[in-house]
Amino acid sequence: MGMKPPFEKVVADHGGTVLRVCRVLLGSHDADDAWSETFVSALRAYPELPETANVEAWLVTIAHRKAIDVLRAATRGPLPTEQLSEAPTGLGVPGAGDPDLWQFVRRLPDRQRQAVAYHYVAGLPYAEIAEIIGGTVDAARRAAADGIKNLRNNYPGANPRGDHHE
Amino acid sequence: MSDIRPDGTTDILSAPVDAETMNRLHRRLVHQAEQERLLDVAYTVVDSPLGRLLLAATPRGLVRVAYASEEHDQVLDTLAQQLSPRILRAPQRLDVVARELEEYFAKHRQVFDVPLDLSLSHGFRQLVQQHLPEIGYGQTRSYRQVAELVGNPNAVRAVGTACATNPLPVVIPCHRVLRADGSLGGYIGGAAAKATLLNLEAA
Repeated sequence: MGMKPPFEKVVADHGGTVLRVCRVLLGSHDADDAWSETFVSALRAYPELPETANVEAWLVTIAHRKAIDVLRAATRGPLPTEQLSEAPTGLGVPGAGDPDLWQFVRRLPDRQRQAVAYHYVAGLPYAEIAEIIGGTVDAARRAAADGIKNLRNNYPGANPRGDHHE
Repeated sequence: MSDIRPDGTTDILSAPVDAETMNRLHRRLVHQAEQERLLDVAYTVVDSPLGRLLLAATPRGLVRVAYASEEHDQVLDTLAQQLSPRILRAPQRLDVVARELEEYFAKHRQVFDVPLDLSLSHGFRQLVQQHLPEIGYGQTRSYRQVAELVGNPNAVRAVGTACATNPLPVVIPCHRVLRADGSLGGYIGGAAAKATLLNLEAA
């Protein structure tokens, strides 16, 4: 018999992951705004969420939509581009250290950046990711693989640190 | 085919979020939830001479006080079932009652004057709980006297149940109701807590 935990537990369990996802999607400053809008929307809808739902996938789906809203508002353009952007976007840089990596993250095509965030940061399976970003499961898998390959190829600091596991 | 190998790249993307950032975002969420009237239950936990007390309030008023022995996590789960799962740790809504409890335990206050929400109890139990604050500070009544007070002198046992299911112990003074022979009777926080409250008020 399932029962829905207090929303406070949802924030405690998933707040950090959703913020990391938002940071990959948007950069640090806009990530805070997207996180806030995501959790206010989630709080509003929470009583109607089925008890069997995957809460993290549900939150990431909301964050995905909120991030698109934020990007649209920021660029005043109709849709996020699928092209690799050469120009800096002016989005903030998350966290300390490694600004180079974040430069590359925000220059990834949108679908690659989304797939990387949802698979490598949120840990969602590709079937869920395909539901969120549209397209087939294979396409979602390819987008994540291409995205992470792009980052590893372009970010020289990545590989040496790859040997150190927590 | 799920392949999440930690390496330098994914480590950085998944770097932990520091506690201060999460606290700031949590405060912002509480603020927005209040503004948009989405915070159905706010709660906090305070220290007291009787241990940690959970305080929970709806927009209508204080809805639950719980001793640590009731398991605060379970109490919150129950509130999610019975009232609403839109529950956040939001101490601000409990500021006034927290201060009044501090004053009470310091013997600087005899009456609580915060709004109460008795929606967790119904019928006769709620009626009894509404009348319990009429037993003044430092006084006691028997279960039978309380039954008479609410106009149902035969309902002694039901008064006992109403006291035992009081959702707002300390604030609604069920600790002032004793057995007819003067012995303590039961108490949700345990007999020692009941004795402590009676001694505090008697001193």
